[in-house]
Amino acid sequence: MYKITRKEMLTPSICLMDVEAPRLAASAQPGQFLIVRAREEGERIPLTVCDFDRSRGVVTIVTQIIGASSRMICALEEGDSFTDVVGPLGRPSDFVDEPDEALRGRRFLFVAGGLGTAPVYPQAKYLHERGAKVDVVVGAKTADLLILREQMTAVCDHLYICTDDGSEGHHGLVTEKVKELLAEGVVYDQVVAIGPMIMMKFVALTLKDSGIPLVVSLNTLMVDGTGMCGCCRITVGGKVRFACVEGPEFDGYAVDFDEALRRQTMYRPQEQEADHKCKIGRN
Amino acid sequence: MAEKIGRVPVREQDPKVRAHNFEEVCYGYDEKEALLESSRCLHCRNPRCVEHCPVGIRIPEFIAHVRAGEFGEAARVIARDSSLPAVCGRVCPQETQCEGSCILGVKGEPVAIGKLERFVADWSRAQGGVAVEKAPANGKKVAIVGSGPSGLACASDLAKLGYDVTIFEVLHKAGGVLQYGIPEFRLPKERVVEPEIDSVRALGVKIETNVVVGRTVTVDDLLDREGFSAVFVGSGAGLPRFMGIPGESLNGVFSANEFLTRSNLMKAYDPESDTPIFVGRHVAVVGGGNVAMDAARTALRLGSEVSIVYRRTEKELPARAEEVHHAREEGIDFQMLTNPVEILGDEKGWVRALRCIRMELGEPDASGRRSPVPVPGSEFEIPADAVIMALGTSPNPLIASTTKGLETERHGCIVADEAGATSRPGVFAGGDAVTGAATVILAMGAGRRAAKAIDEYLRS
Repeated sequence: MYKITRKEMLTPSICLMDVEAPRLAASAQPGQFLIVRAREEGERIPLTVCDFDRSRGVVTIVTQIIGASSRMICALEEGDSFTDVVGPLGRPSDFVDEPDEALRGRRFLFVAGGLGTAPVYPQAKYLHERGAKVDVVVGAKTADLLILREQMTAVCDHLYICTDDGSEGHHGLVTEKVKELLAEGVVYDQVVAIGPMIMMKFVALTLKDSGIPLVVSLNTLMVDGTGMCGCCRITVGGKVRFACVEGPEFDGYAVDFDEALRRQTMYRPQEQEADHKCKIGRN
Repeated sequence: MAEKIGRVPVREQDPKVRAHNFEEVCYGYDEKEALLESSRCLHCRNPRCVEHCPVGIRIPEFIAHVRAGEFGEAARVIARDSSLPAVCGRVCPQETQCEGSCILGVKGEPVAIGKLERFVADWSRAQGGVAVEKAPANGKKVAIVGSGPSGLACASDLAKLGYDVTIFEVLHKAGGVLQYGIPEFRLPKERVVEPEIDSVRALGVKIETNVVVGRTVTVDDLLDREGFSAVFVGSGAGLPRFMGIPGESLNGVFSANEFLTRSNLMKAYDPESDTPIFVGRHVAVVGGGNVAMDAARTALRLGSEVSIVYRRTEKELPARAEEVHHAREEGIDFQMLTNPVEILGDEKGWVRALRCIRMELGEPDASGRRSPVPVPGSEFEIPADAVIMALGTSPNPLIASTTKGLETERHGCIVADEAGATSRPGVFAGGDAVTGAATVILAMGAGRRAAKAIDEYLRS
């Protein structure tokens, strides 16, 4: 069950895996996520569905090593299996409900930060296949950390790269590139931003007077991912929402990002301890 | 001589010791104690205990076998009506059901039916369990959504009738609330829950974990594409409620579901587990039900000081009497007639105190209970660095919202008749998904009634 049929290290700290999960592959849609457990004592780790192949019954996931659990996931090899893989979780992107004709010719701008490139890919692919115009701005610390470049190029009209150190493309932040595109007079019907919470916050601030609808996908803390624990709760438009079942996508202008950023740090001391393999005084 | 003996006390772990571990609190009866306690049953001609058992266990009959030392026979009698006796012997609110109606309870103490059931179940499991009679396979497939008490009870009865039953479970472990909700110290997982679920598997029931019905497959898929002739929805009430007071999004505020799921399902109390849990110095638990007691006692065992905050008096606490008693013994502080009005945070957005108001009991409300009303000007603060909300749960809307023609009422509960039939032919429902959060045994009763109704539906 849940056998890893392909593993590729995209960068020294980011790995891509194809995992056998036929039911999940058959039902996954762009915008949704899944949860894995790497071993019996493992945490439930939410990951975005990067791609799915319904005929082969596999889903593609991308994981970045940021702590003990993601390190364990990336240490699994081809032929190994996950203890558990469950999904798809969350609601599909809203455009999945629209008829294909409505999407043809519509112009989308995706803003992907770091690992956020993985969830952007299936959305861009879905829209591109249906004749939408898709531009993608991808941001990374440095050129070596850019992922899925060829795949993304194949499913979009323009790919704009931004790096913090200027090693490739625009030297600077994704928000600067977004501003530049708008200033050039490119008209977008919708913007979708997926990446670190702080990036999504600043994309929202950048676009707030533009009048362009903005969707963000929130990577909150989760336990079950099915609406049971409320760990993922966030405030959207003054209302408490559960990112796992009501999201993960929300109106980017209505999200209380400062609260979301604060809530993400809830278990940071424990996580740091776990990463140092020290379990004493878990407080 | 029978009526001369008082109720045989049950051995328990010392409160001072157990406040620091997750081992089971109650040791249960040994053979000698069970024999003695069983001799107290009067074998009433019209046993009220059976009437008050939601699954109708033939109580005097199994107790007679215990008294005769025929423990295996006793287990067979129970197995006819319950597939989870070791669970129910531990978590049923016996004081309001079988034992609450025992005639001995009128003047003295009722027969310890729950403890006897537990003894028989534990004894039988140690001997390898009970072989249950099964009808020959009839070739019809029934799908069950959720592997909690109602789903397991429904699945067992249908499997015994010859149906090919598959349970779909969203989590990675079967058992529902028995896994994620009830703590190890009250209901051991490896020793009690898992063998009991294995006994359901032994009837031929298949359990497929990691399937989100409503997302991975829908009820319609199960009926139209996967060849199931009927579906039973026993998806429970998993959606936690919050109070809607200011400060609930501060760091350090948790639903009891989150706190207990981390500790129970994910075993965060065990250093081997990778799942983190927040251990506060002083934890305030809001609520008065079993879940509140479980959360409070879990926090205590992890090393926190704990206060339970409840807006009515101890008399109205909805938790099992035994749990309240155990919580007190272990050193939990009870703040009765107290209602939170706001959670206060520090400059970094972490909880620092729970602001409460004292209450008094006013006029009886619709439920007949005197409703608490605030005492003006009585606000005060309970210093706390964590707040756990144990205010009850509602059914998850996912299944209702993804199943064509399945009616729900305003709290999100699925509308079903006494037998479990819903507005959609071929779809049955029971347990917390229909009633809202209740007990293990009521859910099991609903699962059994639905099994009967499904059998009738598929025969007609």
